[in-house]
Amino acid sequence: MQKTTPYLSATKFILLVLGALIMLYPLLWMLSSSLKPNTNIFREIGLWPSQVTLENYFSGWKGMSGITFATFFKNSFVVVGLSILGTLISSSMAAYAFARMDFTLKKVLFAIMFGSIMLPHHVVLIPQYILFNNLGWVDTFLPLVVPKFLAIDAFFIFLMVQFIRGIPKELDEAARVDGCGHIRLFIKIILPLMLPAIVTSAIFTFIWTWNDFFSQFIYLSNPKLWTVTLALRGFLDSMGESMWGSMFAMSILSLIPIFLFFIFFQKMLIEGIATTGIK
Amino acid sequence: MLNKDKPTMVNIESKKGDSKLVKLWNKNKIALIFLAPWLIGITALGLIPMFASLYLSFTNYDMFNAPIWNGFGNYKELFTSDIRFIQSLKVTFKYVLIGVPLQLLMAFCLALFLNRGVRGLSAFRAIYYVPSLLGPSLAIAILWRQIFGIDGIVNEFLALFGITPNSWISDPSTTLYTLIILLIWQFGSPMVIFLAGLKQIPKDLYESASIDGAGTFVKLFKITIPMLSPIIFFNLVMQLIGAFQAFTPAYIIGGQTGGPLDSTLFYTLYLYIKAFTEFQMGYASAMAWILLLIIAAFTGLLFLLSKKWVHYES
Repeated sequence: MQKTTPYLSATKFILLVLGALIMLYPLLWMLSSSLKPNTNIFREIGLWPSQVTLENYFSGWKGMSGITFATFFKNSFVVVGLSILGTLISSSMAAYAFARMDFTLKKVLFAIMFGSIMLPHHVVLIPQYILFNNLGWVDTFLPLVVPKFLAIDAFFIFLMVQFIRGIPKELDEAARVDGCGHIRLFIKIILPLMLPAIVTSAIFTFIWTWNDFFSQFIYLSNPKLWTVTLALRGFLDSMGESMWGSMFAMSILSLIPIFLFFIFFQKMLIEGIATTGIK
Repeated sequence: MLNKDKPTMVNIESKKGDSKLVKLWNKNKIALIFLAPWLIGITALGLIPMFASLYLSFTNYDMFNAPIWNGFGNYKELFTSDIRFIQSLKVTFKYVLIGVPLQLLMAFCLALFLNRGVRGLSAFRAIYYVPSLLGPSLAIAILWRQIFGIDGIVNEFLALFGITPNSWISDPSTTLYTLIILLIWQFGSPMVIFLAGLKQIPKDLYESASIDGAGTFVKLFKITIPMLSPIIFFNLVMQLIGAFQAFTPAYIIGGQTGGPLDSTLFYTLYLYIKAFTEFQMGYASAMAWILLLIIAAFTGLLFLLSKKWVHYES
């Protein structure tokens, strides 16, 4: 550790505070604008609103074409919830096989799994769309959710494989001696031990699915099925530039679930990124 | 291996001298249960679509009529007569090649800064990290459009220095830079990875370097950067792959068409327009494969170059 003079460390501290302010300023500005009456948003300089109102939140919540943001939030939570469930079940099963079982073509299959992490989504996008269209799944949640039950985000398999490999094998062997088969071993011993990997996967599935725009945009056109993200885009289209207040209010609401996740799981999130390198 | 002491069903059955197929089945049946969801997924949603899009890239296909074979026609058209495609390549390369290095430089500098025993490290780390968490969302793209608009806060701030306001969003020469700034703003996640890497560097390396009279810069270039090089490399590869595929900010800030004057026509945005508004599925598939090749070439090149500068501990 380097010794720094108090003068230097104070300068550094001030610089870091300044940097933090610049980083957060856009977010704080949006929050403050969402609390200002529409006419004041671009007239008033500075963060502190001279007049605080929740009007934008009430008018924004009404949504569009008779559908309120209650529906949009419900849709988002359904898609996100099912995505998490599907990813956890399918990825942990595949990860157990790759980490603990011996089977034909294991190396080849592992290479395919690993390669699919790097593959840009666009290469499979169009045939997938054609497939889902032929199945009559367009304009349902199925194209967004079913792939998660088929472990399509191979990244999480990889993350879990790495984690299971770190669990001592003596535990398995002891259970084996007691006559425990793979299925019981997985459910009774490995699954509880890999809880940290499961939580990390759940958090990142939540954030990615919540933030996702492209897939939802392609597959959902019926406003009744819109997620919060799609509703925001619909807002932008229909309101144009006139209703910035409610636009900002709903944008703030759309960020709150991720923000809350961050507050509650901060330590796990940061450890998760530091050890695995996910965003 | 499998229960050495106890004869299992597998062993008994195989001793009977069953056919190879039965042996294969018995060896793999349990693994198959575990792998079934993934195997179905990787086949039906991964491998088959991948080859299907390769096939479609050599056809004209509008989703309503059967694909018509077109040989290399799509590829030829893309590179010889599609001005918008060339423009989308230019825009995307500029975004990636300017944005990613600057983002990583920012992440690296702040990680160095934070690593040296700063008060309130975890608070700063959290604050700097938040933008990379929220950044990919549509709400932030909408906010960005406003910040850099004619009456946005950027102009407000610049006015303090007497700089005349500009609509950064609708000026084709500046729009792309607002997107690059949005990318840089999200430096938090590579920063956290750098911070974790910095903690791994043994302190005695620095101490013995100090005894030898090495200054700050020598330590940075002779210890920190070489020791951190695997992580720099990792961040570089991951951020490049991600940036090549960026869509949401360009879609929102460029007003859904990559405007003004195609200055924000990202590769994926043009691909989307071709596939889902013009229904040229064959053409868009060719674009998807070119994107795959570009990303593979970049990653391959980085791996080749990495032998020269990335040091792995033996």
